[in-house]
Amino acid sequence: MKLEEFQAKKLFREHDIPTPAGIMVTSAAEAETAAQEIGCPVVIKAQVQAGGRGKAGGVKLAETPAEARRAADAILGMTIKDLVVHRVLVDPAVSIAGEYYIGITIDRRKKIPVMMASASGGVDIEKVASETPEKIIFQDINPERGLRSFEAKQVAFQLFDDKKKALAASSIMVKLWKCFREVDASLAEINPLAELSDGSILALDAKIVLDENAMYKHLELEELRLPTPSEEKELEATRHGLSYVQLDGEIGCMVNGAGLAMATMDIIKHLGGTPANFLDIGGSSSPEKVVHAMELLVSDKNVKAIFINVFGGITRCDDVANGLVKALGEIKSDLPLVVRLTGTNEEEGRKILSDFGISATGDMTEGALKAINLASMGGGSR
Amino acid sequence: MSILINRHTRVMVQGLGRDGSFHAKEMVAYGTNIVAGVHPGKGGTYLEGFPVFNTAQEAVEETEAECSVIFVPAPFAEDAILAAANAGINLVVAVTEGIPVLDVSGVLKELNELGVRLIGPNSPGLISPGESKVGIMPGGIFQRGPVGVISRSGTLTYEVVNQLTAAGFGQSTAIGMGGDPIIGMKYNDYLELLENDGDTEAVVIVGEIGGSDEQDAAAFVKEHITKPVVGYIVGRSAPPGKRMGHAGAIVEGASGTAAAKVEVLRDHGIPVADTVEYIVKLISEKLGG
Repeated sequence: MKLEEFQAKKLFREHDIPTPAGIMVTSAAEAETAAQEIGCPVVIKAQVQAGGRGKAGGVKLAETPAEARRAADAILGMTIKDLVVHRVLVDPAVSIAGEYYIGITIDRRKKIPVMMASASGGVDIEKVASETPEKIIFQDINPERGLRSFEAKQVAFQLFDDKKKALAASSIMVKLWKCFREVDASLAEINPLAELSDGSILALDAKIVLDENAMYKHLELEELRLPTPSEEKELEATRHGLSYVQLDGEIGCMVNGAGLAMATMDIIKHLGGTPANFLDIGGSSSPEKVVHAMELLVSDKNVKAIFINVFGGITRCDDVANGLVKALGEIKSDLPLVVRLTGTNEEEGRKILSDFGISATGDMTEGALKAINLASMGGGSR
Repeated sequence: MSILINRHTRVMVQGLGRDGSFHAKEMVAYGTNIVAGVHPGKGGTYLEGFPVFNTAQEAVEETEAECSVIFVPAPFAEDAILAAANAGINLVVAVTEGIPVLDVSGVLKELNELGVRLIGPNSPGLISPGESKVGIMPGGIFQRGPVGVISRSGTLTYEVVNQLTAAGFGQSTAIGMGGDPIIGMKYNDYLELLENDGDTEAVVIVGEIGGSDEQDAAAFVKEHITKPVVGYIVGRSAPPGKRMGHAGAIVEGASGTAAAKVEVLRDHGIPVADTVEYIVKLISEKLGG
């Protein structure tokens, strides 16, 4: 779960990491009031979960409250990387003397958290990593002991010669780790970590991604979820025990298991078709799950044919067949349907379907080809 | 021969709820040597003829279990894995999905210190056909034979194995290493074991988007593995930044894409199949028949 800047900054402040005292608003009028309260000049920043806001015109400096209002008016409603801006952050403008980077993430190869720091902050850190990797300092973090003060100082003194600044930065690093650990983040990033002209150090931007697996520990953070329209559909699917990602193709896919679901999308593409979605109905699929899955597929206006690919392991083919029969009774749709059933209780499953007038194939490639042909013939209506 | 488990391996099952009990029965039916169950509050009872204990410590002391399979729900799974490892179990198979990533990282530190191996979490387990299965894989599709299979997924492993078996290529051991970002054993750990296994003549690596384990495996194969290895990578049509079911199947940065993985495997001399059928063809080229 990705947080927006204003949310991440709030978590930073709760962990005593210095950040500008900004105000999040949702209208131009509120932006003007906020600018008056904070004192100009201010910076108006689009709140979207995407990088490159500055380049897209989503960050503007305002010298007066009236200017802040105009800037907010221009930014609100703007589209940045397919995301509509609904909120802006009004931050006090600061005088920047230097821009640095610090971030903590999970190193999958080392299987531990790792901190990265660089004196080349304020720009895309992936670009720095690929073009000039020598400019990034890495510090392994023992997940049980955490980032210790001396480790942070070793890194901070490579960024700053001045003792006071290095100590301020190292203190922020340790607090960033504490925040990361406490909320179970998979990424916590400050870019830029700014050195101001008065010598102070603060987090000018903030990015936090939370580990979905750990959300059960942090129910209060669930309230921070601000789903985009496409995520809304994915969340709804999650509530029914389904894992769904929408794409833009014509073949709606319903599969059990994430790996097989990806393989199904790939074979459709390999054979010249276009998958409309990733949809994993998971193991031990109840008929109800299949009904919800069918509703999801039918609600996608791009879908011209449906391909159901089930390899029964824990999932029982007869459960899927029963769910399908139930779904087809409830949902009005003439979309052509291709079913592939193999594995646990395959015979029972096929019998249930054939009694309902649906024949199932046992082969994945054959099923995918059939679905592609049906879609190219124009598909059906809803 | 096989790797990690065989008919003699003494297995215990932690978490005898609905799923754990069901799969314990399935494992017993397959021939797995289940010696104990662990479920707080069910100590003193029996399931399918094996005794159930309140704690892992007691189970290991009484039955000398050496391998444990975890079905305990995510919030309690970290503790269950640590309990098994500290009781003297030397191979833990974590089927549980949804354990917080940082907790797994901490668990692995301790397991490394104890010299305990972890498969998973979010793993369907492993099977040495005709010998033993530990986890949730459907035993019926497997057949004893010369192909080692290492995969990050469950049902996709079944699909691959089903076609291998149908073509007459049985398996020595098939492993689902787990779909999470941080997991215990990885391709290289299994490759090393399969290289030294007398029954294994070829290995299939089934990979997916996210991370760089497949790239690490490619380098390892070139350096250390003499047996033929073929690859298959899914998620070619996955959009970046989206979690595709598995917590670990997400493209973040250039190395996580399917295209990048396919390229590195091929650069290291490992043929990569575009479809499951093609895996069978590649294996038959390597093994003849």
